[in-house]
Amino acid sequence: MTRSELVATPGQTIGPFFGYALPYAESQHLVPAGRADAVRLTGRVLDGAGDPVPDALLEIWQADPDGQVVQQPGSLRRDGHTFTGWGRAATDNTGRYSFTTLLPGATTEGRAPFIAMTLFARGVTNRLFTRAYLPAPAGLLDADPLLASLEEGRRSTLVARQDGRDLVFDIRLQGEDETVFLRFPGHRH
Amino acid sequence: MTGRADAADSTQADLSAEIGKIRAAYEEAAVEETQPRLDYPPYRSSILRHPTKDLHHADPETIELVAPVFGHQDVDPLEADLTIQHTGDPVGERMVVTGRVLDGDGRPVANQLVEIWQANSAGRYIHKRDQHPAPIDPNFTGVGRCLTGPDGGYRFTTIKPGPYPWKNHHNAWRPAHIHFSLFGTAFTQRMVTQMYFPGDPLFDLDPIYQSITDQRARDRLVATYDHDVTQHEWSTGYSWDIVLTGANATWMEPEEDQ
Repeated sequence: MTRSELVATPGQTIGPFFGYALPYAESQHLVPAGRADAVRLTGRVLDGAGDPVPDALLEIWQADPDGQVVQQPGSLRRDGHTFTGWGRAATDNTGRYSFTTLLPGATTEGRAPFIAMTLFARGVTNRLFTRAYLPAPAGLLDADPLLASLEEGRRSTLVARQDGRDLVFDIRLQGEDETVFLRFPGHRH
Repeated sequence: MTGRADAADSTQADLSAEIGKIRAAYEEAAVEETQPRLDYPPYRSSILRHPTKDLHHADPETIELVAPVFGHQDVDPLEADLTIQHTGDPVGERMVVTGRVLDGDGRPVANQLVEIWQANSAGRYIHKRDQHPAPIDPNFTGVGRCLTGPDGGYRFTTIKPGPYPWKNHHNAWRPAHIHFSLFGTAFTQRMVTQMYFPGDPLFDLDPIYQSITDQRARDRLVATYDHDVTQHEWSTGYSWDIVLTGANATWMEPEEDQ
């Protein structure tokens, strides 16, 4: 089989005006906030000056608590029962986003569970991919191929921190603690 | 990084000179680029918002090799017609935009979500932050959705959007465009882009369009006027196919197959 033959269409910035188009009722609530096992994944998106990015859009995609990949429709019109594993949240004026979700299990035995994330924003010319790993014992994180390929200082940008019942995952587009963004095979410059 | 110019201080001539310089350096280097540069200083908002470190290579894992599923309970077929969302007809040139969503091997991306949003025919968005003093059209919101068909096909009926001013520099205008949001068969294929119209006089002046340094790559964002899509005494027609990055299956090929 040959490698990809068609050249991908270029991406472009999401611009400033997606707010009335892409977020929708319950888009950031993968499960109802009142559910006993619901957790909040929250954080701030910051630019190179440390200022909040109030016009970013984040999407998450994750396995269910048993580590099963969900293939269920219904993300756009949530029925309050089906867990679809996908959600979308815009940042507010302070650069903060928030999802209500369930903790994903490991999709592969012995691997550190993570939530896949995509970031879009005005001023960001193409989508950025990252991962928010759940807090886990160092041994589990050390064994993860992606985390193991990063030096200590950078690795920590991919691990969410527990704050009470919340998982906190800040995203820094530039600077000392710049979040690690990912390039997958097939992605070209 | 160039000095952080105060946006309002730059003229279009300044901006065009910056764009021209980057373009000349790109042509000189002769290494093909197919995607926009994350660091593109003529687009002022990118200066503090582009990652400064190289994107880190990652092999996609289970969850990243599949995409979320959307179905008919998510999207009503009527959402593909942006001209029937209100009681009256919107003002402007009614048009159909249609095409296919394909993966890098040319395989159709079927039953997947396509979302669009756009300005009205006067270049105004229904968004609280859009302060452009052009009229709001009470019969046009400018938001549409559809699911691709078995052949990866999508089709929207809408109004041709107008160009509009923005604050990147003095007298900055965006070429007319429709924003597209796309999903593939793998999460890693997720993308958002903008579709443009052929022959737009603002192309050379626009730092967002020009953040793609390669002319052939820029051309991939321009729809084709298609008279076969145009409908007798009803609407004009444009065709535009979208190719997503790579394909799920190729990533699983053993290296020695290459």
